[in-house]
Amino acid sequence: MAQDIHQLIARAQADYVRCIDDGDLAQWPDFFTGTCVYRVTTADNYKRGLAGSMIYAASRGMLIDRIASLRNANIYERHGYRHLLGQPYVVSEDEQEARSETSFMVARIMRDGSTSLFATGRYCDVYVVEVGHVKLRERVVVCDSSRIDTLLALPL
Amino acid sequence: MNIIPIKPARRASITWPSEGLTRVPYTLFQDAAVYADEQDAIFRGPSWSYLCLEAEVPNPGDFRSTFVGDAPVVVTRDTDGELYAFENRCAHRGAMVCLEDEGNAKDFSCVYHAWTYSLQGDLLGVAFKDGIDGKGGMKPDFCVGDHGLRKLRVATLHGLVFGSFSDDVSPLDEYLGEEIVERIARVLDNRTPVVLGRFTQMLPNNWKLYFENVKDSYHASILHLFFTTFQLNRLSQRGGIIVDPSGGHHVSYSAVDHAAEAAAQAKAAGDYADQKIRSESEHRLEDTSVLSGMDEFGDGVTLQILSVFPGFVLQQIQNAIAVRQILPRGTQQTELDWTYLGFEDDTPELREMRLRQANLVGPAGYVSMEDGCVGGFVQRGIDGAGDGRSVIEMGGDSAESSASRVTEASIRGFWKAYRNAMGY
Repeated sequence: MAQDIHQLIARAQADYVRCIDDGDLAQWPDFFTGTCVYRVTTADNYKRGLAGSMIYAASRGMLIDRIASLRNANIYERHGYRHLLGQPYVVSEDEQEARSETSFMVARIMRDGSTSLFATGRYCDVYVVEVGHVKLRERVVVCDSSRIDTLLALPL
Repeated sequence: MNIIPIKPARRASITWPSEGLTRVPYTLFQDAAVYADEQDAIFRGPSWSYLCLEAEVPNPGDFRSTFVGDAPVVVTRDTDGELYAFENRCAHRGAMVCLEDEGNAKDFSCVYHAWTYSLQGDLLGVAFKDGIDGKGGMKPDFCVGDHGLRKLRVATLHGLVFGSFSDDVSPLDEYLGEEIVERIARVLDNRTPVVLGRFTQMLPNNWKLYFENVKDSYHASILHLFFTTFQLNRLSQRGGIIVDPSGGHHVSYSAVDHAAEAAAQAKAAGDYADQKIRSESEHRLEDTSVLSGMDEFGDGVTLQILSVFPGFVLQQIQNAIAVRQILPRGTQQTELDWTYLGFEDDTPELREMRLRQANLVGPAGYVSMEDGCVGGFVQRGIDGAGDGRSVIEMGGDSAESSASRVTEASIRGFWKAYRNAMGY
């Protein structure tokens, strides 16, 4: 059966945002391959080719540590996200991997109910293609704005 | 033209608590009149504000926009190779003359009426100055030389560019004092910094609450639980704080004491063998590369946080080096601009270490994200308590250097410099 890469990516991303917004964050690292890159930066840094990131994980272990720290160590006011994703744009694909870009908007809902547009941007992704599903080998979260309000705790 | 400077009258009337530096009225974080007075007395007064890095404006014509307090400012390098800074505000009707964050320009022309300024901020020309066909035009006595952009004094130190609106402020190295200059040199002397990334964090609190937080060596191991949770604390650390005589600048540092560390490790290993001590926490990092670093400065100092009144921070946390610019944005908001740094001669390994350790700092930093929200907790906590005061007594009531970091001496130092500047 020929796999429709567009559909596989869309399904994986729907699963991904459901995990962050409504699911168990501990499963978030499972969307990535063991050797992977996840980083969060700004469009300005990305355009200039600057490698500094707000979050930079170079392994799935570092993603697990990020969640463990958010749960057990870091202090921040209780809040949640609501992700809205655009359609993935498949930049390139072959049998092993696919590159895609997907725009996102994330609202942040604070414990007192105040809701704001927290971030907009795009995911610049490299997916490893396996039978029936895809996994992220690289996700660069490129935020459109250089500003983060208050802090960035939960992953985007 | 003779100008007699007039000190603006204070808008707010503040009576400082009789206890002195150990009490700070909450109204200072709330009152719009205090905020306006701070702009006059501190940011446009006799102080030095960080503007940018020399490395960000390396070539003739390079410019960079920034702020000193509320005021928009442009830093330029002219064809003479020197640095200049001036207010980003046309002398004609007040429009900004530079609308980019950075770039390279021959001059600055206001888009509104094309008044054009040199890279030093001098007015070069005015559109239709002589009118058209002898009609219209500026008054005959209009003198181009009288209408330049408001200039700042500029001084550099180890690649950092500072500016001041004041003619009375002492030279930068005197303003900072020897100990602070030495500690800046320790990180930046004779090195060419490379910008690794820039991030802006909008803090929901008054600027002074963030500056207090930077100077607060008491909160570090209490609010920031990352190191203790993952048992990364080194008990055998030496360190201390330095508060300069003005009180406004400080350094907090800690270092691994290698001899004590070895002894502690030997003891821990022994204890471990006896199975008398087991770790209480089950939390361990899966990937400790986030912390792997090197003794870049050869002195074992793993942390040096340095602040310069009224709004600059130079941070070294292991190999994560950054400058932070604190910009007031009204009584209840602050812009915190992070510039992450490496150096031109970094090996690829060291550069990767810096990028991984950057996880510790910034808006999402393992040991800094709490600082983004805690100022807001205070700002909201003191709503309705404008007549209340904070209590700052840890380590006594003075604002002096100390071998212990369990002290609020550098916060008291900040208030000492603040009171002095504000006349409170």
